[in-house]
Amino acid sequence: MATQARTLGASHYPTRIIIYGLLILWAFICLFPIYWTFSTSFKNAVNVTQGHLIPWMDFVPDWKGWRSVGLSPDTIGQTSTAREEFLKRFENSVIASLSASALAVIIGSSAAYGLSRFSYRFGPMRNKDISFFFLAQLILPPVVLAMPFLVLYKELALLDTRIGLILLYTLMVLPIVIWIMRDQFDTIPLELEQAALVDGCSVWSAFLRIVLPIALPGMVAAFILSVILCWNEYFFAALLTSTNAKTLPVMVASQTGSQGINWWSMAALSAAAITPLIVIGIFLERYIVKGLTAGSVK
Amino acid sequence: MPSRAALSALSEAAAVTAGVSLRRVQDGKRIITLATIGFVVVVLMQILFDAGLQPYGFENWRPILYAYVLWGIALGFGLVRMRGAAGHRALFVLPAVLFTVAMVIFPTFFGLYIAFTDWNLSSFEGRRFSGLKNLYALFADPYYRNALANMVFYVLMVLPQYAIAFGLALLLNADIRARKFFRVAFLLPFMLSPVAVSWMIGKSLMEYRFGPVAKLMREIGWDNPAFFTSPWIAKFSIAVMDAWVWIPFIMIMLLAGLQALPKELSEAAKVDGASKWQAFWQITFPLMLPVSVTAIVLRIIFQLKLADIVINVTSGGPGGATDTVSSFIFREYRDRSNVGYGTMLAEFYLIIIIIFITLLLHWVSRWMRKMH
Repeated sequence: MATQARTLGASHYPTRIIIYGLLILWAFICLFPIYWTFSTSFKNAVNVTQGHLIPWMDFVPDWKGWRSVGLSPDTIGQTSTAREEFLKRFENSVIASLSASALAVIIGSSAAYGLSRFSYRFGPMRNKDISFFFLAQLILPPVVLAMPFLVLYKELALLDTRIGLILLYTLMVLPIVIWIMRDQFDTIPLELEQAALVDGCSVWSAFLRIVLPIALPGMVAAFILSVILCWNEYFFAALLTSTNAKTLPVMVASQTGSQGINWWSMAALSAAAITPLIVIGIFLERYIVKGLTAGSVK
Repeated sequence: MPSRAALSALSEAAAVTAGVSLRRVQDGKRIITLATIGFVVVVLMQILFDAGLQPYGFENWRPILYAYVLWGIALGFGLVRMRGAAGHRALFVLPAVLFTVAMVIFPTFFGLYIAFTDWNLSSFEGRRFSGLKNLYALFADPYYRNALANMVFYVLMVLPQYAIAFGLALLLNADIRARKFFRVAFLLPFMLSPVAVSWMIGKSLMEYRFGPVAKLMREIGWDNPAFFTSPWIAKFSIAVMDAWVWIPFIMIMLLAGLQALPKELSEAAKVDGASKWQAFWQITFPLMLPVSVTAIVLRIIFQLKLADIVINVTSGGPGGATDTVSSFIFREYRDRSNVGYGTMLAEFYLIIIIIFITLLLHWVSRWMRKMH
């Protein structure tokens, strides 16, 4: 990284100040809403209305917001319906996004491998057309599928179930996984598998034993990006789930709608919903960048 | 240089040694035929049962889903028996193809059927075929036209996002300290859920009475910082939130492009005595065009799905000024449970999108060819 090309020479002193000024300004724009959410979850009504911002300096932090979702130190030991509700939604979100991402990475990677290595002909469709068929799913807006699925899921008894959500989320991230993984497999030299095939390996064992370990970073990137997208998904979840399979975003959204806004509890809820993502963002940023930039730079 | 064809041939050779006999071919065909007949029979039985024409069937359609999965497995098994190595190769794409067909192609066509029915889930009458009635209603619907017009606005808003993202990518690519920190900080908004963003920014930071942004605006001199009451200000407020979430996406792609540029180019420009401004417009920007186009096209595709923020912050208001097509249809269903009409709106939108994206890609590729 340190030896990368720099288009802006920053040796000049005033330029340096401008560059750092802009960087800090934008970092502030990015981080302030997050800071605001976390700090508001520790405020009471007066501190919210008077716009106090800095804890201990102009307001005394209070567990009020976290108490209302049953996650403050003094309520954590007691039974709390608010916490149970929250944990149920949290669990739904975790299960739906992890399983959908895993499923998408499994079927997406194998499809991407096939498309990167072999020549197919399904009727008039060649490799290029099949790849396009998968990637074209990206332009399909959720709203087109939402209503047919509402009806179909009702008939299939999949409405308001996690399995139903998992299937839809898999569909949603599958084109992205195929895009990332094809890019990944294209960079792996063919000689390795060729040697294995000459030695009498089958295509599948060559794939599983030789190629997959090398493609692991790409799979991790695809998986993490998928988890983020599924975790944040709202549209399908809002239409297709109600009591059982409702996910965290739907819960957050339903709170904003009802009973005037209870700022501290909303802040605590939002903070709890975004914390896993912030942790992922800080520690796995490398993989996210890898996933986002797959195929765009050759 | 090994190629796809060579690899296929090699696995073919392995298959010949394994021996694909005539019996195996027939076996494979038999498996696939049997599975297909079985699947069709089960589906037909269930259709007849559903129509009340015969007494045996399942309580819901879930078993049909299992039957489809079983059929898929049998198909894969049969292909391997029949084609040997070629069957093994087909197994790589088969699951993804079957999955996508079941989850996209079938529902989309099913949706086309729903679109021509009058089907209100909250009424007892169930569905009735209504011909083109929904289509006429669509053309007469001013709110739908309004939502489509708003989509034009939101898509155009991608360009300012691109400009800001390019600036940020250049900053991150400069010789700076703490690059890792800035990169993570700049990326974070993209990872937050739009629903949380709706509350964090739309409903609290921009809140009229005590949101910090509203307060800041009062300080600056805007007496009445109501972000969501007048149509155009509301539209721009939504666009700002959307930009906050999506700028990192464009930025990361552009940054990767900048880092892939050969270092010698900017050095050469420096030697030639070109100013930084000139060097950017004459060297960096043209070289970045392919990446820029990819980023903008992808961004437009995602922008056409914009819904979550609008649903949660303004629910389309005031008076439909911030409505996107998706959020409009969402409410059409939520408030009126009108599945038939909602689906017609959605399918019509899909057709517009497909035409638009096709034209866009066509135009972009022609333009790119002209540039080089």
